[in-house]
Parts: sequence; structure tokens; C-alpha cells
Amino acid sequence: MNFLTQTLSVAAKDLRSEFRTKESFNAAASFAIVILLLFSFAVDPTSDQIREMSGGLLWIVYSFSAALILNRSFARELPNDCLDALIASPVSGAALFLGKALASFVLILLIEALCLPVFGIFYDLNWATQPAWLALVVLLATWGMTVIGTMFSALTVNLRLREIMLPMLVYPMLIPTLMAAMQLTTLLIAGQAIAGDDFVWLRLLIGVDIIFTALAVALIEVVLVG
Amino acid sequence: MRNKILYLLGIAGVAWLARNLYIIFLGLPDEAAQGAIYRIMYFHVPSWWTCFAAYFVSGVAGVMYLVKKNQDYDALAVASVEVGVAFTLIGLATGSIWARIIWGIWWTWDARLTWALITCLVYAGYLMLRRAVDEPTTRARFAAVFGAFAFTTVAITWKSIEWWRTQHPGPVISFRTGGGNMDPAMENMLFSNWGAVGLIAIVLIAVRMRQEQHLRLIEALRRQVHTL
Repeated sequence: MNFLTQTLSVAAKDLRSEFRTKESFNAAASFAIVILLLFSFAVDPTSDQIREMSGGLLWIVYSFSAALILNRSFARELPNDCLDALIASPVSGAALFLGKALASFVLILLIEALCLPVFGIFYDLNWATQPAWLALVVLLATWGMTVIGTMFSALTVNLRLREIMLPMLVYPMLIPTLMAAMQLTTLLIAGQAIAGDDFVWLRLLIGVDIIFTALAVALIEVVLVG
Repeated sequence: MRNKILYLLGIAGVAWLARNLYIIFLGLPDEAAQGAIYRIMYFHVPSWWTCFAAYFVSGVAGVMYLVKKNQDYDALAVASVEVGVAFTLIGLATGSIWARIIWGIWWTWDARLTWALITCLVYAGYLMLRRAVDEPTTRARFAAVFGAFAFTTVAITWKSIEWWRTQHPGPVISFRTGGGNMDPAMENMLFSNWGAVGLIAIVLIAVRMRQEQHLRLIEALRRQVHTL
């Protein structure tokens, strides 16, 4: 098997086992809807204010529910010593990591795709004015979240206090990605084009994605094997 | 012998700092636009340089650990981060005091300030991650990996005043343009105080590193006793 088939088979395995039980997907999706609902109490849902903070609210929902998915990414392999079997299998650490990241990426994108229309309906927002740009921002930022989350999921999988350590390590590292995603999404939902100074956020998003992906692929063997 | 050298260096650093304090408060005049408060710069700027240098050393030490698997590199990495976090807090505090006088507010959500705070939080996470892992080699490995990710925030903080429009004053010293537009006496004092602060930081890192080494020795002895 070459690298690509290895990656895809790990991703397919993860997705298959997730869709058979749907344990983390259902939890993350309903959690996301609950947080969306909570925002209606935090801010006046009928005011224009909501438009100015739409990007921020949306990405808080996304990052919270993503944490649930990412927490399971490696923890899923703990029962029956599946993680040891995976590490011992003739699959490179990088392929294992990318496969797991890809599976989480698909799951998180599904949840985001589910939340976006609900968000639009609840808060009377027309989010689809610039679908191509919005899709680009969502894809880039979600990949950034997934890479960091999967890497730290591998790092914390064997720690005591795993459920506490993961969010505590992941959220500060996610700030660059989330900051850029929030700024750009707010602009795009408000119907403005990305222009001038705002491109720095897009560059940050792309730069962070590249750097973190490279670091994760280079260092995953160290984390898993030693 | 090593202890004596460390003590001597520490004393030299403190003496150097005392001499600088005397000149800063009594020798140098007030700055034309800002008045007396500008003096905080002599601590604010060197603190940030020191903490960035400490984080850099920690990152390099982490990579060296992964390559050489020598626990001394891990001791250097954790010692540097601890001292770095202390100087980050000094930098944030002195910056806030300066901002209260000049801008009228303690804090503003400006790119440089925000990134500095993120750096501080990320390295606090580094220290907490270390506490969560008991096994020394795993701890060193995980810390080195986390350190590599964490260092990106230092790089972004460094460059943030160029990438975003910020309220934070521009660089006082630029190597590319060949120096800032500061008065030579003030510029010399800035470097001199970085020397003093940096020397104290080096001594602190060395002391902390020895503590780590002793801790490991004690752990090894304890394990030996348990096997008996």
C-alpha cells in the first residue's frame, strides 16, 4: 500500500466506525445546537448587533463541538489496545495522523454544514451572499482546527485528566486560526468583500495551516512511538 | 565550583542592575514627549527580548532533546520556559503600567498585546502539560513537541507590529535600518540593561536547570530503593 491508500484506509476506518455508532457525531451536533440556542439569551437575537458578531458566535460553536469530535479521535482506539495495534501495523505515523485528521475533518465539516443554516434561520442572517469565499474560509480554518486538535489528541490520549488537558492545550493554540476565521466570517456574512488589510487574516489562516500541518506530520512519530 | 561561578554571576548581574538603576533614575533626563514614565522602557523592552530569547533557547533545546535523547536538554528547555514565563509577566505588567499613563487604559485589544497574552497562555499550557505526564522520557518528548508548536506564537508576536496596524510603539531598535532614532545615551542604557536583565535570567535558568537535574537524580535513587 502506498502512502495515499494508507491514509485513506485509516480515514475510512474511522468514518465507518463513527457512522456505525454515531456516538461523538450525535453528541457534537446536539451540543452545537444547544450553544446556538444559548446565544439567543446572551445577546438580543433580533438586533443588528448579532450581524456584527456572527462570525465570532459561529466559530465558538464550531470550535466547541469540534473539541468533542477531536477528543474521540485517538481516545476511540484505547479500548482493546487498538492504538498499539495501529502503531504496530505497517502504516507510517504520518499516514495514521493524516487519516485520522481527514476523518475528523469530514465529521467537523458535516456539523458545520448542519449548523450554518440553523444559525441563519434562528438569527435571520443571510449567510450565503458570498458562498465561494465563505467555503474557502471554512475549509481552511476547519483544517487548521483539525490538525492542531488531532495532534494534541494524540499527545494527550494516554494522560490522566485527558478530558481536561486537551481543551486546555488546544484552545490557546487555536487562537490564530479562530481569530482569522472570526474576522473573515463576520465580514463575509455582513456581505462585504475581503479587501486590503483583511487579506492579512487570509494569509495568516493559510500560513498557520501549512506550518502546523508540516510540524504535525514531522513530529507525530515522536509522539506515538518515541 | 560551578555553584560559586553561578553565585558570582548572579551578584554581578544584580550589581550591574543597581548601577543601571542609579543612572536611569538620576543620570538620564526625562523623555521630551512622555516625561518620566518612559523609563519603564528600560525594563519593558529587555524583559520581552529576554523572554523571547528564553523561548527560543527552549525550542532549540527541545529539538536537541528529540535528536540526542539527553535529559539535560529537557532540563534546559523547562528551565528556559519557566524563566521566560516570568519575564513575559514582567513585560505584560510593565506594559500595562506604561499604557495606563500614556494611553489612559491598562489594556487594549491590540494585535501586539493580544499576541503577547496568547504566548503567555500557550507557555502556561506547556508547564501544565509537563505536570500531567509522570514518566520523565515521555514528559520530555511531549514537552519538546508542544514547544515546537508553541514557538510559532512567539514568531507571530514578534512580527505582529509589522503585520497589523497596532497602537503599540514601533520597534525602538531595528537592525535592518541600522538603529532607531533614539538618543545614543538612552540606546546604550537600553542595551546595558538588557545585559543586566539577561545575565540574571541566565543565572536563574542555570539554577533551575540544576534543580531539574537533582530532581531526576532523586527520582532515580528512589526507584533504586524501591527495587531493593
